[in-house]
Amino acid sequence: MIRVENAAFRFREDWVFRGVNFTLERGQTAAILGPNGRGKTTLLKSIVGLLKLAEGRVETHGRIGYVAQKNDMSFSYRVLDIVVMGRAAHVGMFRTPGIEDYQIARLTLDRLGIGGFADRIYTQLSGGERQLVMIARALASECEILILDEPTSALDFSNQALILGILGRIVSEDGLTVLMTTHVPQHAQHLADTVLLMHGPERQDWGLAHEMLTEARLEALYGVPVKALEVENHGRTETALVPLFS
Amino acid sequence: MSLVDETSTPAAKRRLGLWTTLLSLLAASVLFSLGIGRFGVSVSNVVSILLGNVLPLEPTWQPVEERVVELIRMPRILIAGLAGAGLAVAGAALQGVFRNPLVGPQIIGVSSGAAFGGAFAILVSESQVLLIGFAFGFGMLAMLVVYGISRQQGRASILMLVLAGIVTSAFFSALVSITKFVADPDDKLPAIVFWLMGSFASASYDKALLIGLPVALGSLVVYLMRFQINVLSLGDEEAQSLGLKVERTRWIVLIAVALISAAVVAAAGIVGWVGLVIPHFARMLTGPDHKVLIPAAALIGAIYLIHVDNVARASIAAEIPVGIITALLGAPVFAYLLRRAANKGWSSE
Repeated sequence: MIRVENAAFRFREDWVFRGVNFTLERGQTAAILGPNGRGKTTLLKSIVGLLKLAEGRVETHGRIGYVAQKNDMSFSYRVLDIVVMGRAAHVGMFRTPGIEDYQIARLTLDRLGIGGFADRIYTQLSGGERQLVMIARALASECEILILDEPTSALDFSNQALILGILGRIVSEDGLTVLMTTHVPQHAQHLADTVLLMHGPERQDWGLAHEMLTEARLEALYGVPVKALEVENHGRTETALVPLFS
Repeated sequence: MSLVDETSTPAAKRRLGLWTTLLSLLAASVLFSLGIGRFGVSVSNVVSILLGNVLPLEPTWQPVEERVVELIRMPRILIAGLAGAGLAVAGAALQGVFRNPLVGPQIIGVSSGAAFGGAFAILVSESQVLLIGFAFGFGMLAMLVVYGISRQQGRASILMLVLAGIVTSAFFSALVSITKFVADPDDKLPAIVFWLMGSFASASYDKALLIGLPVALGSLVVYLMRFQINVLSLGDEEAQSLGLKVERTRWIVLIAVALISAAVVAAAGIVGWVGLVIPHFARMLTGPDHKVLIPAAALIGAIYLIHVDNVARASIAAEIPVGIITALLGAPVFAYLLRRAANKGWSSE
């Protein structure tokens, strides 16, 4: 569970956001949408505890796994060594991960279908593969809340589908609470139960996905016309959210 | 415990080969170094002399050979090895903590601070313990200053680190100059000057113990923190989000590094560049995991400095200060690594 009350963050004199309120119940998935610079990442980092809010409070129940937007690395670690670092919270000071920690790391890799990556070098992986490793590291911490910052940015369609598919599967299997940011309304449409639209410093809308992801609201959010089209997908009718560029 | 999980992998078998090679090289280096010098002793006599300590052997060697090997060369090789291992461990830890393969005790200011501390201690007292204490205190202080200047929004870029290191070193060099200026030119000044150039010439078993204890303690702490250093090398935010106590971890490692560096500086003066070049070289052999990197760097550092000291004491009739040789070798290597790193984009991290 994540509860955000009256959250506000200030950069020098200017409010990045103010009066953010929402409660994300256990096992629910929420997506945050908004133009660049509205404080999506800042809000996530405040919830994770990496940044301090100027006002308001954040309440979370359960361990948080965080997948940051940037996933480069100064050193060329092996994938297994990176995933086992997800166990850091379970390993005491002056101690090293034990057999159990390595087992959990390997099992997590297997679960995401990348068990064969264990001995590969992280910096030699593709963007999609790196993202999977970062998700594996977060899951290896045995988190109950998963927070992801644009998990699908800079990925091609097939890798976007891969990441979305894995997130959807894990959420239903583990009952994880998931909060993610995205620039693609379609991804929110696909995964999220609830959506937070960050219009500006003083205006945010929080509500059920189908109420938030409408043509009018998305156009107001981005200043670009967005069409919601009914399409057939494997016998089901789905809504495709398509931006129209002039 | 993690070894159990790892023993079956090809990487583990490669690693066993690495340890065997490095340990054999170290043993060979020690035997070779005990023999060479202006008074040459054959390797077979060196081995016999050493075995004679534990086995009732009939002496086939001259008593003077035994004195040279056991009382003069052994402590000196011991100190050179300890200093090399310590500096390499300190450098490996710093490179991990600052998530940057291009830092070392010298870049980060510890050496210059410790140099002033040591010079000042020589000026005011004869005490070796005070020398270590002052070297440690000012080494730590200089590191804090560099760290404080270079840190922006929780990360220290290589550019800022190097620049802050230059600024801080310049300041402490000035303090060293003042110390030299006021020192008695007949007595204290030469002592300070020769000590600063770095030398293992005045080695003794007492001195080996004096440097050995802090180096061993600091290295043990660093080795125990190998997993935490791994996590810290991901960057502060990631480490914190993974549940690591970032500040506390970094402080423990930095204090251990300052302790090691100060002990080495106190015993041997400024022996530069070892802590920067050796961990970098070791990383090429072992990969970045500090579990393997730290012990490998220690062994390679010991081997390296033992041989550098061989050149210092045995290449020409006079003794060459060891710090001069490590700088002549290290500075060009650092320049090369810096060029290569700039192309890889570490400069922006």
